Amino acid sequence: MAHFILGRKGRMAQLFTEDGRCIPVTVLEAGPCTVTQVKSVESDGYVAVQLAYEPIREQLLTKPLVGHFKKTGSVPCRILRETIVDGAQGLALGAVVACDVFEKGQFVDVAGIIKGRGTAGVMKRHGFKGRPASHGHMCQRRPGSIGMHSEPARVFKGKKMAGHYGATRQTTQNLEVISVDRERNLLLVKGAVPGHIGGLVMIRSAKKRPAVAGKKG
Amino acid sequence: MNKHDDVVNKALRAKPLAVFGIGDTVDVQVLIREGEKERIQIFNGTVIARRGKIGPSATFTVRRIVQGEGVERIFPINSPKVVGLVVKTRVSVRRAKLFYLRKRVGKAAKLKEIIG
Repeated sequence: MAHFILGRKGRMAQLFTEDGRCIPVTVLEAGPCTVTQVKSVESDGYVAVQLAYEPIREQLLTKPLVGHFKKTGSVPCRILRETIVDGAQGLALGAVVACDVFEKGQFVDVAGIIKGRGTAGVMKRHGFKGRPASHGHMCQRRPGSIGMHSEPARVFKGKKMAGHYGATRQTTQNLEVISVDRERNLLLVKGAVPGHIGGLVMIRSAKKRPAVAGKKG
Repeated sequence: MNKHDDVVNKALRAKPLAVFGIGDTVDVQVLIREGEKERIQIFNGTVIARRGKIGPSATFTVRRIVQGEGVERIFPINSPKVVGLVVKTRVSVRRAKLFYLRKRVGKAAKLKEIIG
């Protein structure tokens, strides 16, 4: 069963494992989230669950949103996100999803908005190699030729060039859950996570690495 | 003080290693695994550098001469593999990093001991 939860990215750190290895971890504040809407094929044409995260004062919301929260009996929240679920999840309206839906050792995918880089050149944006820094080279970070000659006499669509880079959603797959702290709603995952510290992250069970049979996943 | 410091500090050892200074000759007790058995190996040498004050990434560098060849090992202070540290001699030095010892051999590499 796939799980989904909203959270905030915390700082990165290092931990020692029992066998003495040092592993990189990212602290994530995850949930608790309240189910504020359950969409079904009959009413909406698809099956999804809407989660609310981070309670805020009612005055900060628009009236329609306040009404939406009132209807479900949940406290007003800053963030609403929806996830398509495989019908088995069976979350009811008002149910609370906490970080302990995940357990130590399983793998998760974490999505976030990566840091904005503004206008970036082709080396940073597309990983072009550039040219050597020395030995008489007159340019270092330029893209080089962008096409052929009088045939086709144009630049192909989709040609990788300089431009705006970053501030888009990105998912890091298969991060191992190192620890789960239900009391403080903290998840520790191994490795880096997209986005700023404090950025919104969406954590779900790893798509390509299902949990071992018999375990939650 | 950052928000999740306590989570990070879990990586630190509960009891600090012995107090040691730069230039001290120390015995570092390292846990090593040979097949199934674990034993403690001792690395004896001079502390020539210490990097990072607190946190899991803090390390110290120990230099010794093995068969005429300088050998340096970097130990993470908080690694569970470093089980103990015994200070053999304390010395008085005037800098934090003793990299100049790398260029010296024999008597020239001697440091001023603190007596008493």
